[in-house]
Amino acid sequence: MAEKKVPAFQGTKEQEAQLKEVIAKHKDSKGALIPVLHEAQEIYGYLPVEVQTMIAEGLGLSLADVYGVVTFYAQFSLYPKGQYRIAVCLGTACYVKGSGDILDKFKERLGIDVGECTEDGKFSLDATRCIGACGLAPVLTVNDDVYGRLTVDDVDGILEKYGF
Amino acid sequence: MENVNIKIDGIEISVPKNYTVLQAARMANIHIPTLCYLEGINEIGACRICVVEIKGARSLQAACVYPVNEGMEVYTNSPAVRKARKANLELILSNHDRKCLTCVRNRNCELQKLAEEFGIKEIRYDGSSDPVFALDQSSPSLVRDNNKCVLCRRCVAACANQAVSVIGLKNRGFVTEVGCAFDAPIFETSCIYCGQCIVSCPVGALYEKDDIPKVQKAIDNTEKHVVVQTAPAVRAALGEEFGLPMGTPVTGKMVAALRRLGFDKVFDTDTSADLTIMEEGTEFIERFTKGENLPLITSCSPGWVKFCEHNYPEFINNLSSAKSPMEMFGAVIKSYYAEKQNIAKENIYSVAIMPCTSKKFEAQRPEHSSSGAQDIDASLTTRELARMIKEAGIQFNELPDEEFDSPFGEATGAGVIFGATGGVMEAAIRTVYELLEGKPLENLEIAPIRGMDGVKEAELTIAGKKVKVAVCHGTKNAKALLERVKAGEKYDFIEVMACPGGCVNGGGQPIVSSEDRVGKDIRVERAKALYAEDRSAALRKSHENPVIQTLYDTYFEKPCSHKAHELLHTTYTKRNKF
Repeated sequence: MAEKKVPAFQGTKEQEAQLKEVIAKHKDSKGALIPVLHEAQEIYGYLPVEVQTMIAEGLGLSLADVYGVVTFYAQFSLYPKGQYRIAVCLGTACYVKGSGDILDKFKERLGIDVGECTEDGKFSLDATRCIGACGLAPVLTVNDDVYGRLTVDDVDGILEKYGF
Repeated sequence: MENVNIKIDGIEISVPKNYTVLQAARMANIHIPTLCYLEGINEIGACRICVVEIKGARSLQAACVYPVNEGMEVYTNSPAVRKARKANLELILSNHDRKCLTCVRNRNCELQKLAEEFGIKEIRYDGSSDPVFALDQSSPSLVRDNNKCVLCRRCVAACANQAVSVIGLKNRGFVTEVGCAFDAPIFETSCIYCGQCIVSCPVGALYEKDDIPKVQKAIDNTEKHVVVQTAPAVRAALGEEFGLPMGTPVTGKMVAALRRLGFDKVFDTDTSADLTIMEEGTEFIERFTKGENLPLITSCSPGWVKFCEHNYPEFINNLSSAKSPMEMFGAVIKSYYAEKQNIAKENIYSVAIMPCTSKKFEAQRPEHSSSGAQDIDASLTTRELARMIKEAGIQFNELPDEEFDSPFGEATGAGVIFGATGGVMEAAIRTVYELLEGKPLENLEIAPIRGMDGVKEAELTIAGKKVKVAVCHGTKNAKALLERVKAGEKYDFIEVMACPGGCVNGGGQPIVSSEDRVGKDIRVERAKALYAEDRSAALRKSHENPVIQTLYDTYFEKPCSHKAHELLHTTYTKRNKF
């Protein structure tokens, strides 16, 4: 994972103050880490080393413990999400209909791997489990827009729509 | 403690109420195999090797964590138990890099032993050969090979037990591995290289950085004058590598072995421990008289020093500026000794045999080159020395007892006890008392600071003044003690050793399996060897060591002199916590 590109941390003073409040709120309760991580991800959109360090210090945990929990749950992200979050379904139905190839095409066009974000912060790419739209397989979402019955050739058109 | 009556494999036994099934079975002399279990450190029931059948329970239970209760019936050898244990072991083995022949833990591996005991002839599962984990060789002290890791978490628990916690489990599924946050190499973290992870590891996933080749190369080079020094704790444990009972002192055989390995001079680190006491004791007297930078905190333990630099930089001024015995010796060998023997220091290769992995880091610190060259060229662990002896075909147990070489062969009992928790303080008090009082100390053995309590304290009256001292071992206890000091508690002198029990239980010492630890305390057994040597020593106070007296008379002039400061003292650096 270390080889993935992480953009420079751009957290603001306001965000930091918010995080400190969250930490103070949960600090004394048992099992504080997971709720704090959830709220921290809402504040920052992701959980970079700077944020995890603040959480570790604030809760009196080791950074290794915090990182262990973050990397255990798919819910938590070490990388920022883009303005447009592309999520390609890799559920069984979509997969047999070729969503793997579609995902590869996005990787190639955007120059990023799954879980990463383009340097301009515009697009991020995720692979998801079944999103329950198997009738439209293969399917993907961009933020709240759903695209179905796709082929590899549709990828360029979708990206164009979002100004790629 | 109240007892309960239970039945294990038909044997009726009464056991304390707070026992686990594993403890109860041991009491009944019934063997239950374990893997992730490490008494007092890791008791989490993760590996499922110790599963047993409990009458009435829905499924098999992990004996290491399952509490006993009145009337319980346990079966440790039923078909279901045997089948489950075997399947669990096969699954662990399926993902294990099974290169036993070339493994550093060959024949001293808990997994290998289980495979033998369980009669594993084939492994029915393919496992995953992907990913192949890269070795972490970033530090001068430790190597991590996660391809051998069984995810038992003993190292993670040992690290947490030291209040260091730089490693943890990360990711999930087949890619789960133990490592540092954000995949940082261990060198970039606040790891103190104490090596407690290594001595906790049941397999070959963790081991010391192998420095044998460079030492061997120096020995083979006839132009090099190769000098070796051995720390006190090494002699208390080396014998274990050759099948001798724990706590057998092997000083004479060790010296003989080193000579046969081709070292030109075999010296005793105890001698420089005496030197450390002279410097540190004098430093204490100076600070105590002026009331400055108290408490003085010992700095012999490189793991502790690094812990302090990362976590308590506000105490850096309290650390004794006196170097550790190993480094003092290093500096003296390449200055005084080189001049006296008329050997160019470039031609001296200085090796230290230490019970410690952190010493490898200490040896390469840039501060430790006051002789003009790196003072110590290589620091080997007790285990590495044992490997060299085995490789050379030396029949260790048949060796005669030999004496250390002069001029640094003479040491006192004070130097010997440096290897056990409380030893440095006891040695320092023996000297400080006599220097200040001007009369002999009557009782040399200071009981309150011996033993395995985490933090030990004593109050003494020296020259009409009260001196309050504290001794702690294990950096977790150091943390607790320093927090008390921060909260306002006053001490004059504190000894800290990074490893639980002190150097006798260092990260470079022979590895004792989880099972062999049952019913005995390694720390106590090994410390006994040192205290016995102290008791039988002709000289037991550092300032009475004639070698030390000569050194001051002919070279350093007096303790903490200008020259002593140049060669025998050091500085410390603030380091980041994360």
